[in-house]
Amino acid sequence: MDSSDPAPSGKPDDHPTVPAQRANEDAYLRVSDLRVRFDTEDGVVRAVDGVSFAVERGRTLGIVGESGSGKSVTSLAILGLHDPKRTTITGEISVGGRQVVGLADEEVRRLRGRDMAMIFQDPLSALHPYYTVGRQIAEAYRVHHPKASRRAARQRAIDMLDRVGIPQPARRFDQYPHEFSGGMRQRAMIAMSLVNDPALLIADEPTTALDVTVQAQILDLLADLQAEFHSAIILITHDLGVVGQVADEVLVMYGGRAVERGSVEQVLRAPQHPYTWGLLSSVPSLHGDADADLLPIRGNPPSLINLPPGCAFHPRCRYADRTGGRSQSEVPALRPVDAADATDAAGLAEATGHLVACHLGAAERAALYAEDIASVGVAR
Amino acid sequence: MSLSPVEGVALAEIESDPDASAPAAKGVVGRSPGQLAWLRLRRDRTAKVSGVLLIFFMLLALAAPLIEMVYGIGPREQFQNLLDGFGMPLGYAGGVTGDHWFGLEPGLGRDIFIRLIYGLRTSLFIAFAAALITATIGVVLGALAGYLGGWFDAVINWITDLTLAMPFLIIALALTPTVTLRFYGERGQVSAAFGVGVLIAVFAIFGWTSTARLVRGQVIALREREFVEAAKASGAGLAHMLFRQLLPNIWAPILVSFSLAVPQFITSEAALSFIGVGLSDETPSFGRMIYDSLDFLQTDPAYVFFPGIMIFALVFAFNLFGDALRDALDPKSSR
Amino acid sequence: MTDAPLLRVRGLSKHFPVRQGLRATGLVRAVDGLDFDVRPGETLGLVGESGCGKTTTGRMLVRLLEPTSGSIEFAGQDITHVGRRELRPLRQDLQIIFQDPYASLNPRHTVGRIVAMPLQVNGIKPPGGIKARVQELLELVGLNPEHYNRYPHEFSGGQRQRIGIARALALRPKLIVADEPVSALDVSIQAQVVNLLRDLQRELGLAFVFIAHDLAVVRHFCQRVAVMYLGRIVEIGDRADIYERPQHPYTRALLSAIPDVTKLGPAGRIRLTGDVPTPLDPPSGCRFRTRCWKAQDICATDEPALVPRDGGNQATACHFPEGESASTSPEGEAASTSPEGEAASTSPEPADAGLVAEAAVSGGEPAGRGAETSVEEVPS
Repeated sequence: MDSSDPAPSGKPDDHPTVPAQRANEDAYLRVSDLRVRFDTEDGVVRAVDGVSFAVERGRTLGIVGESGSGKSVTSLAILGLHDPKRTTITGEISVGGRQVVGLADEEVRRLRGRDMAMIFQDPLSALHPYYTVGRQIAEAYRVHHPKASRRAARQRAIDMLDRVGIPQPARRFDQYPHEFSGGMRQRAMIAMSLVNDPALLIADEPTTALDVTVQAQILDLLADLQAEFHSAIILITHDLGVVGQVADEVLVMYGGRAVERGSVEQVLRAPQHPYTWGLLSSVPSLHGDADADLLPIRGNPPSLINLPPGCAFHPRCRYADRTGGRSQSEVPALRPVDAADATDAAGLAEATGHLVACHLGAAERAALYAEDIASVGVAR
Repeated sequence: MSLSPVEGVALAEIESDPDASAPAAKGVVGRSPGQLAWLRLRRDRTAKVSGVLLIFFMLLALAAPLIEMVYGIGPREQFQNLLDGFGMPLGYAGGVTGDHWFGLEPGLGRDIFIRLIYGLRTSLFIAFAAALITATIGVVLGALAGYLGGWFDAVINWITDLTLAMPFLIIALALTPTVTLRFYGERGQVSAAFGVGVLIAVFAIFGWTSTARLVRGQVIALREREFVEAAKASGAGLAHMLFRQLLPNIWAPILVSFSLAVPQFITSEAALSFIGVGLSDETPSFGRMIYDSLDFLQTDPAYVFFPGIMIFALVFAFNLFGDALRDALDPKSSR
Repeated sequence: MTDAPLLRVRGLSKHFPVRQGLRATGLVRAVDGLDFDVRPGETLGLVGESGCGKTTTGRMLVRLLEPTSGSIEFAGQDITHVGRRELRPLRQDLQIIFQDPYASLNPRHTVGRIVAMPLQVNGIKPPGGIKARVQELLELVGLNPEHYNRYPHEFSGGQRQRIGIARALALRPKLIVADEPVSALDVSIQAQVVNLLRDLQRELGLAFVFIAHDLAVVRHFCQRVAVMYLGRIVEIGDRADIYERPQHPYTRALLSAIPDVTKLGPAGRIRLTGDVPTPLDPPSGCRFRTRCWKAQDICATDEPALVPRDGGNQATACHFPEGESASTSPEGEAASTSPEGEAASTSPEPADAGLVAEAAVSGGEPAGRGAETSVEEVPS
């Protein structure tokens, strides 16, 4: 990208050596030890609690989790969209070598839209109903290209509409969001996100509100656009099937923490965390015995105010009693699948390979998986 | 341009979290939304102060005959002996003494304190009665119009528009004397109760529209909710739908509009009495007293001071309480 | 097969007038002539994308909406237009479960009151009292009966859906219409609720009309499946027929669009183009033809009837069903036929209907290049 100008040091950095080192490394987005807290009437909500990951350009990270797992909060933190009065964010988020945490509002706003953009689940509420779609896209362009003429912005918007597969883009430019169908609206939203050619695209449940046939189109479109623009994509979803189709890496979140991370092959074909097992086995599939019961995860998702002590998943975990009480007392660290001890937090964002946060030993996990889960015929 | 929805998403995400946590944090006994509102209200200092003040006023009004007994002076007793030759009260500050706490009226020489107590009674009675009647009419018509829709809704809407188009003051000015004339003739002695009744009727005719619109809107919003359909699918009748399913969900706005309507009727009553269409001189009333006191603004300023401060405190307390009530019932609106 | 149907639907239609001011300017044919039967204890899945009329159908079955034409027979009695009072005894046998676990429970009522509502409305006094019956129901759906006095806001989404199910069961119905009962729930909770419904269906011998957009969930719940498209049933048959031998191109496309956890990477799926056309003015002839890769001239002129095939259990409304020319490869043909021109002339929203994503990808390339250049020119 064109981010050649050095990061403005809005605030004295606590770790003076770190950002300089990392600016040259591969990953476009690097999040390390991110913690997001909200102070509410009912107590402190630890929405994200020590999450680390990195995404390179041209790669897609799928963040999987249920509602309240902190996946959306993470993405909003990257975009710097949390209200600073109510939110405490610690950790590091570097976008194209620039620290986002602690950056002045004005600076983040400049990054947003130009270097990173977001696609929302519900394009109807993300598009302004009283302006034409084209005008909104053109304006998003002019915000970051103040010198562009009105005509150039219009042309750019029409090009983008055409690019995302909207027929007759010149005519569509002058229509209002309500005149677009659901799929078309999501395409327009994508056009708007991409109008400034951002290097990082965050898609928060971009297809959840869409029909399956349209979902397939949008996922294809995202993949095509990524191949062309070589952008880094974070795809937030609860649907493991979607992740399996488009993601290169997967991060599974539970109760605001990362419980498993790895390549899509590793996580979906050889899942390590009992929560991931549960997610996989509770998805109804088109294969296998239709009369067999699904294997749901028992219980309900935890409250982020009152997270269970130790491993947050232990009250729902079928194997929690095999850890000799450690599940209840000790938060398991994210570590390589076959390693005994945790990687240090600083290197975690970069750490490659298959990571899991579970007290069970590798051999025990393998045995349990072979016995209880693989036999159901979920991931083959 | 895309920023505000973003923040909306963020807020929604955050706000849903405390909700989700509620079950874990509490014991087996559930707290109803009403109980939660009551808890919030109790924590609110403005609500506490204004609430105590309102209860004090209401007790005063209710206990007026008792106070009269203790005080030893009635609202119509005249103390001509305490006035000077021009009809002005003797002594300082409009004749404030140990016997007459707030002094005496110039001219007739009636005790201001006890007239204020009775005036409070009149004001609160008229305001509460009018608010109750308008709320009832408004809730019934609004709920029916919202729930039934169709031609009924159209008719109610039309009537509402018509009512809103009528100039309140002019009609009140024209109507009140006409009705009085019709019932009592040219020289008949108009009873106090009749004047009060006419006032309440006038308020009822004009006041129901805002509640009706409010309730209609709320009902329309709720009508499409699935719990309403669930009741319908079980064969529930109109009464069950309105009173069991819908109304419990709109008590909050109704209560708030009620609590804000009362002070409005207090001032309206005072205003009408002030321009002479309201109550007769016989009935103690704030508006009437302020009207009478205007002639003595220069010579006896204490006369306008007491009723003025009283009506101000009353309305202010009501409005503060109404706002606090709204915050307690709908905590999201204030943020 | 030999049982008399519990529910018999013939020619069921619902048309909504579109008004501008007082004048009716059009007619949305949300549901347009449905025929199907549900036998006692049978589960029928009603599947389709948004706007196909499946929810409208469900609402008509429980008479929350008045059918425009056609007939609904329940237990041998015509209930198409009977009034509320005559319907009352039948209400007890015919209940509905809603999609949204938040909107479907009255927030001001306790759980006990919510579940008891159908009993009270119908003046039923169960032996042992209402409270005992309600607690029995709560236990049946896996809730703690002591939570009788709690309010809906104190429960999670999955628990709320269980409350809704308990309410539907209160009158011991014979048929339950379940309108997307799990689509608003988290994946792990979804499986719990599907399993619960399956258990209840088997234990109580309930018949279900299960409305869903997710074919995978339907496969785990329903014995028979009807696929809807734009207000019509395009294919109906036993589960095995629909999932293993789909004959209608739309059914095939739907099946192949479902993201599959067991397959990684971009799937070789059928790419349906465009969105569902508006039911305000559906395409002539076969309604699916604007998105169908097999469409020929006859499809625009003649509407295919829902014809039984394979011995009568599976019926398909298509001029060129899969079974007869089994060798057709949709992937290959999709690329060769371009429905664009034809769609543009007949569809009210030609822009939506006539889109080929792949064409757009190649066509948009120059625009993309231009975009990158222009970004680089901008001084930052």
